Parts: sequence; structure tokens; C-alpha cells
Amino acid sequence: MSPGKPPDEFVPGIATDLDPEGLPKPPDDRALGTTSDLEEPAQEPGGPTTDDFEAGDGDPAGSVEPEFEVALAGEGHSAAMQAESEIIGAEAYGEWLPEAEVIQARGTWTEVWRRFRKDKFAVGGLVIIVLLVVVAVFAPWIAPHNPLTQYDSGLSAKGQPLPPSSHFWLGTDLLGRDLLSRLIYGARVSLVIGILANGFALFLGVIFGILAGYFRGGLETFIMRATDVMLAFPIFLLAIALSSSISHPGIWVLVVVIGIVYWAPMTRVIHGEVLSIREKEFVTAARLTGCTNRRILTNHILPHLVAPIIVYTSLGIATTVLLEASLSYIGLGVQPPTPSWGQMIADGQQYYTSAIWLTLFPGLCIMITVLAFNLVGDGLRDAFDPQQRRR
Amino acid sequence: MSAAATTATSATAAGRNGDVLVHIEGLKVHFPITSGVVVQRKVGAVRAVDGLSFDVLRGETLGLVGESGCGKSTTGRAILQLEKLTGGHVLYEGADLARLRGGALRRQRRRMQMIFQDPYASLNGRMTLGRIVGEPLLVHKLRPRNEREGRVKELLKLVGINPNTINRYPHEFSGGQRQRIGIARALAVEPNFIVCDEPISALDVSIRAQIINLLQELQRTFGLTYLFIAHDLSVVRHISDRVAVMYLGRIVELAVNHELYEEPLHPYTQALLSAVPIPDPAVEERRRPVVLAGDVPSPASPPPGCHFHTRCPAAQEGLCDVDDPALREIRPGHLVACHLVTETDYPRIRSAEERAATVGAAGVDAPEGGAS
Repeated sequence: MSPGKPPDEFVPGIATDLDPEGLPKPPDDRALGTTSDLEEPAQEPGGPTTDDFEAGDGDPAGSVEPEFEVALAGEGHSAAMQAESEIIGAEAYGEWLPEAEVIQARGTWTEVWRRFRKDKFAVGGLVIIVLLVVVAVFAPWIAPHNPLTQYDSGLSAKGQPLPPSSHFWLGTDLLGRDLLSRLIYGARVSLVIGILANGFALFLGVIFGILAGYFRGGLETFIMRATDVMLAFPIFLLAIALSSSISHPGIWVLVVVIGIVYWAPMTRVIHGEVLSIREKEFVTAARLTGCTNRRILTNHILPHLVAPIIVYTSLGIATTVLLEASLSYIGLGVQPPTPSWGQMIADGQQYYTSAIWLTLFPGLCIMITVLAFNLVGDGLRDAFDPQQRRR
Repeated sequence: MSAAATTATSATAAGRNGDVLVHIEGLKVHFPITSGVVVQRKVGAVRAVDGLSFDVLRGETLGLVGESGCGKSTTGRAILQLEKLTGGHVLYEGADLARLRGGALRRQRRRMQMIFQDPYASLNGRMTLGRIVGEPLLVHKLRPRNEREGRVKELLKLVGINPNTINRYPHEFSGGQRQRIGIARALAVEPNFIVCDEPISALDVSIRAQIINLLQELQRTFGLTYLFIAHDLSVVRHISDRVAVMYLGRIVELAVNHELYEEPLHPYTQALLSAVPIPDPAVEERRRPVVLAGDVPSPASPPPGCHFHTRCPAAQEGLCDVDDPALREIRPGHLVACHLVTETDYPRIRSAEERAATVGAAGVDAPEGGAS
């Protein structure tokens, strides 16, 4: 079977193969061996907990990436399977009781989601992130005002910003612009930078980490000493130096700057993971059966890096959002008039006695966003926790 | 000093006994001990395998026994070129594997496979059975695409796994079943030679005999040659045609199965065999197993002369601690590395009746179902 071939292609063949007497298929596709008398009825602990998520996982969606494992749900099957094959296995290979159907394993994702769901804080974080993304994507439709328009009605008679009111829900800023609309557009900046910059850091980190961890040798020494140097550098100073050396900082510059700054920790994480995976026996086995390095990397090592990558990315986005806000705060980030939370705090800070909303709301936005990503990151880390899984 | 002599003896032994499949000559694997932060200096070496020469004959099972840390597994890995050789040669059907690189090595490896100790670590948990067993077929293009699935099922059936489970993941199987899957993967490339690296040590006792029987059946069906690494002496006795005993990176004795178990010549082998428990309380109470004094010396600084002289009850000062004994053919097909063993005599570290008791009982200890 080739890895590219979806396993569900097997199912019809097997069903016809092994159902010569036209045994009826059980309604639940995970019910095992209804024809097997070795099995006691009413086990199947995982069965009744079937939920809509895993129903979706059973069909092509789950088969496109057939490389994820489960820990809990399979135990009902494996116990029965074990009984079956270890009684029969020793003497009569090949004489098999017909099994009703090939059972699709529940994927890792299902399992991770099951554990993730139990963590209320993490789910809360996820909800916040989803809301943020929706708000950012649909900003033009959600924002009550144009974020760049300086409304005459947005300033008091003395030219002061207005506090929250029914017209400007979160008040206005020093130039009479609607604060809520600016926050909504600011979410775009924060998320775009957070995600892209992390993606960039991730890209560099995975490449360097794999090169160093898998191929070892002088290359490893070089890359890892370089990351040590990077990690020894004060990250914020480096970011300031990089962005101030560019005359017109903008979103893309920030993405590259933050990516360059954050590749080192990512490299280190990936390097460590690769080091431990490459010594596993299944990698040795792959090498022995003639797999090329490329195949070992893509089929045997990368799938095991997915968990740490996801966890560290979600945690990294939180850090990145903070760094972007900090850089914008000191004027090296997103340039006006594009709204950015950090820059809004910087603009409003002199007026915190008279117009607290100018700093309070952007500050809350940053805090909530960072908190949400951290909660999700922690939740994912727990959900992926290898301690809970048999590898 | 002993390289020339050893080679000569193992060559003659091979010539007498049959067709040599794998010829191992002066095999050395040293792991460097380095120190230094920026510039790594080599300050020493762990001599995991220190000059092994032996032949594996076509169709036989060669057992390799020894204590933990004596270099058994490293030997197996080195033969398959999974460790970088510090010295020596591994000739597979006359081709020197250590010289092969890249694609040539990959093609040659098709003939040699390995069965691993830990069935939980040896299967990729992110791949289905179909992909695990099918990957070797894909890599070596052994079957056209449309026949691969059928072949995978055939292989699974061969090792006693329900072929309907190809879409399942390894964690859904028990240790014994996983080991069977690992065997199916090894068989996928149609190898001649399989290194079994303690294939049953991690399994439940109840499953061990099944796996052993499976291995034997596969050997008969496909004419496989096994290098069977284990520390369980009774299992090795059961499955092996010849047995090699290792101590601290070297082979101390190599002989046909029954000869080695019935009349071990090397003092270390005698001590090792006396440690096999006897499942008979009466005998167990009477017998006095030879307890060797001290610990195994560090392979980073093995003792001069015979590696075993520090613990050998029969060691002679001025000889054993100075001179490194070569592996000599004392009797036809019986190789021993000991100065004190001659064609007529050898150091007996236990009385004859004690030996007899052990020998008789060790046979009982062999796994059930061995008669098949």
C-alpha cells in the first residue's frame, strides 16, 4: 500500500473478500467482530461515547492523513483482537474468523480534541481566538465606523476625546476617531503579524532543527551554536535594531523581523524532538528496509513533530503579539494611520488621567489575546502530552 | 595480535561446516568518549565490540549470548551497518558492506533485516499496518502498485495477524501482535538474513513461545538465516544451531549448540550456564552456582590480556593477565578463546555432577511447543 493511497479504498475489497456469506454490516462502523464468538458482548467501552466529531473522522477526512493514532478508543478492539489472534495465532495462521468490517482507527486529532475539550480554560481561549479571527476577517462589516475618519463629532468642544457613549461605544481617540473601530482593525494587524511571523519563524526553525537534529555532524554544531548566539541576544533589542534600520517599518517588515528573532527557540525545540525521534527503533527499521533520508524525514519524523509544532506555535503567537505591540508602542512597528494596539496605547498614555479608555481598551485587547493563545497552547500541550499516550 | 589466527580458524571452521552467508572479520565498534566544549577531543573509547571474527552459515541460527552490555546488540547493529565500524569487515556473500554507501547499501540491505527488541518503539505509531508493512515494497518497488495491498495482507497472514487490520494503527495491538507486525515488515523485502535483537525479551512469557515458533516456522519456509541475540540461555539453546558466547566485546566460545551446553570449555561459559536456574527445588537446593567475583570491567578500559582474567577462578598470573588469547578451534567446530583450554583438558570450575544437573534441567526450561 502506498502512502498516497487512501486506505478507504481497501474497504470495499475487504468487505467482499471476507463477507462471502454476505454477513450484514453492523450499523456502527466501529463495532468489532459481531461474528466472532470469542468476544463477549457489551464491551466496547469507547463505543457509546461516539460523538459527532468522530463520526466526521471516520470518512475521507480521516483517511486523507492516515497517520494519526489513538490511545483510548482502540482498547475495546485491541482486547478483542488480542484474544482472537493469540488464541488462533500460534497454531492456525490464516484461518480467520471473518470480521464484519475493517475498522477505522480514530485519529490522533480526535483523541487530542477529546482531551482538549475537557480543559475549560483552553476551550475558552479557543472561543476567544475564533471570535478574534472572525472580527479581524470581517472588520469592514463589523466596525461601526471607519477607523481612519476623524469625526468632528468625535471631539468635545475643547477638542478632547470623548468617553464611551451610545454613538462611539468605546469612545474616541485624540483625533476624533472611533476607538472600537480602530481596535477591530487593530486585531487584523495583531493576528496577521502573530500568525505570519510565527509561520516564518516556524519555517526557519523546522528546517534548521531537522537539518541539525537529523544529519548531525558539523552542521549541527554550526546551527546549534548559532541558535545559542541568537538566544543570548536580548530579543527586544535585536528587534529594535532590526526594525529601526529599515526606513519604513510596516507589517511585512515586522513579520520578517519577528521571524528572524524567533527562529532560534523554535529551532531548539525541533532539534531536540528530532534527536529523540531519530533514535527510535522504527526509524532504524525504516532505514533498514531501504527508506531514503527524505522518506524517513517526511513519513517517519515529520508526523511526530506535528504536536510540538502546534503547541509551540500557539504559545509563540502570544509572544509575538506582545512583541508587535511593544514595537508599535515605541514607534518601530506599524506606522500610523494604520491602527495597532500597541501604537494606540502609546498615543493615549499621556491622557490616562483624563481619558483612561484610550489605554485601557487596547491594553485589554492585548491581554485577552495573549491570554487566549497561552491558554490554548497550554491546553494543546496537555492534550498532546506523551505521558498520557503509549507510543 | 590475534587477528590473523582468528581469521584462519574461523575460515577453516566455515569450510568444514558449509556455506558462509555472512563473514565477520575483526569487527570493532568503539564509541568515542569526547571532552571539551568547542573543540571536541577524543579522550577514550568504549570498546563495545572489540575484534570479533565469526561466520554465519546459510540457513543456520547462530545464537549470540552474553551479559547486558557485553556488545551483543552492537554486534548485530554493526553487521547491518547501523553502527559505524571502527575496524574490520562484514562480508555478505563476499561483498564488503562497510564499503557500500547510499543506494548500493540500501539495495544490499534488502537481503538483511532486523527484528527489534521493543515492539512498542519499533513501529511508527502514525502509520497504519498497511503502510508499515507496505513501505518496504514501495521503497524497493517489489510489487506494482495494485498488488501491494494483496502482498501486505499475505505477509500479515503469514505472521498470524488478521489481514483485515491493515487500516489500523499499531497501538491497537498487543506486544506480541506488534512483534508479529515487525516480523512481517522485515519479511516484506524478502531477506535471507535476519538479526533478531532480543526479539522476545520485551514480551510476556506466555507470548514468547509463540514468537519463537513463528520465527522457526518462517525459517523453515523461507530458508532464513538468523543471528539470534538474547540473554536467555534456554531460549537460545532451543532455537540455535550454534551458539557464540560474548564477554566484554569479544567472543569467548563458539560451538554447536549441544556441545556448548553439555560441555562448556571456557570458564566464563561454565559460569554463565551454571547461573541458569533449575526448575526443580531439590536440585536447586543442592547445587552451587558459580558466582563470579566482582563486576564486569568497564568496556572503556578493558583489562589487559584475557578480558575475563579479573574474574576467572582459573586465571593464571603471568599468562592470562598479559597475553590476549586467540579464538582457537579446540575441537572440530568448537572455538574457544582461553589459554588454559587444550585439546585434552580444560579448567573445570564446577564438579561434573553439578554440570550434569544443570544440563538436564536447562533442557526442560526450553519453551513449550519446541517439538514442532
